[in-house]
Amino acid sequence: METLEQIKTRAEAAVPGAKLAVVANGSAGNPDSLRVDSASAVAVARFLRDDSRLRLDYASNVTGVDWLEKRVSEVVLVKKVVDEVEQEFEQTVERVEPGYMEVVYHLYSMELQQGPVVLRLRTGNRTDDVRVPSLTPVYRGAELQEREVYDLYGIVFEGHPDLRRLLMWPEFLDHPMRRDYVEPDDYEYEPTPHGEVLTKAKGHFPR
Amino acid sequence: MDEKLSNSLSSQGVWVTSIEALYNWGRSNSLWPLGFGLACCAIEMIAASMARFDISRFGSEVFRPSPRQADLMIVAGTVTKKMAPQVVRLYNQMPEPKYVIAMGACAISGGPFKQGYNVLKGIDRYVPVDIHIPGCPPRPEALLHALITLQKKVASQALRGPGRAPHTKSDVPGEYPIPHFGAHDLEPSSNPEVWRPPVLERKE
Repeated sequence: METLEQIKTRAEAAVPGAKLAVVANGSAGNPDSLRVDSASAVAVARFLRDDSRLRLDYASNVTGVDWLEKRVSEVVLVKKVVDEVEQEFEQTVERVEPGYMEVVYHLYSMELQQGPVVLRLRTGNRTDDVRVPSLTPVYRGAELQEREVYDLYGIVFEGHPDLRRLLMWPEFLDHPMRRDYVEPDDYEYEPTPHGEVLTKAKGHFPR
Repeated sequence: MDEKLSNSLSSQGVWVTSIEALYNWGRSNSLWPLGFGLACCAIEMIAASMARFDISRFGSEVFRPSPRQADLMIVAGTVTKKMAPQVVRLYNQMPEPKYVIAMGACAISGGPFKQGYNVLKGIDRYVPVDIHIPGCPPRPEALLHALITLQKKVASQALRGPGRAPHTKSDVPGEYPIPHFGAHDLEPSSNPEVWRPPVLERKE
């Protein structure tokens, strides 16, 4: 199968206006993935499915990833005037990279027996800008899996035929797989608690 | 009844018993399960009902599909919070006298999936359980052992007196309140009349 760079070039040629990027991931178990922008995601998916050399017609797995905001501290060279002489100083600058959530699709080809190609869709942020286009019109197999991602992460899929919660009940408010999910506190008896459970035990049974 | 008298009578063809013994014998040797297979323990329950570990030798010949016709509910598998109100609803629909076997670690206390966001930590939070079977999954022989223990428990239930069977008492509830879905958890998260965990006394 062709490399991700080749797929990226051909997809950018086939879908005008598509913005793709290769996200490196390192090991053999985690292949590099192709990040697609939301506006052209459906068109790129249709190209991947219908192109004669790729024929990626099977979305085997759809999952979500929650990236919290990162605090990055960098060392920057800053020019300052000290004693009327311009010198360069090193300064550590801290910035906060905003968090976002991603939807990851693993695409295989049943016809040509090749794959996987990993596709990523990124949301704007973790709070209000959480809409991504749904790939269910392209891959039927993504229908229930996108419902699960909506249930557990809160990512809203536009164009999904039936977007509602799958595993939790409809009146449930939280999204359990997010990094900041707090479980309800229903502690029960533990014979030998230690660590986190011990702090919980002391909160419930102070004696 | 005097033992020698009853023996001599039975050798003459007259069999003497008490209504209590007869009633309990009939009840205990024909417990019809409502097979409530939820997860992997259901496979072991099916194995127990098949040819090698035949459960019908103990009277549980037919697994009734309807709770109205069953008197034993074998909760086999993980009870999710989404499923818990339906389990309680089915328990309420069973007629008295009814018994519950919690099969496997998940039905007893949540099991290996205890930290799950959708896992109910034990069905005995909402429904009174008579027999617990540890195991993940318990072997079919363990389920049969639990059935035999339950049969002994049923056979020893008196019909009169203060220690009599709970279904003959008018103040013991036959139906339990069904939890409903809250915003973050089931409400209530457990039934305090049914589930009273032991209090932790720590030596500091």
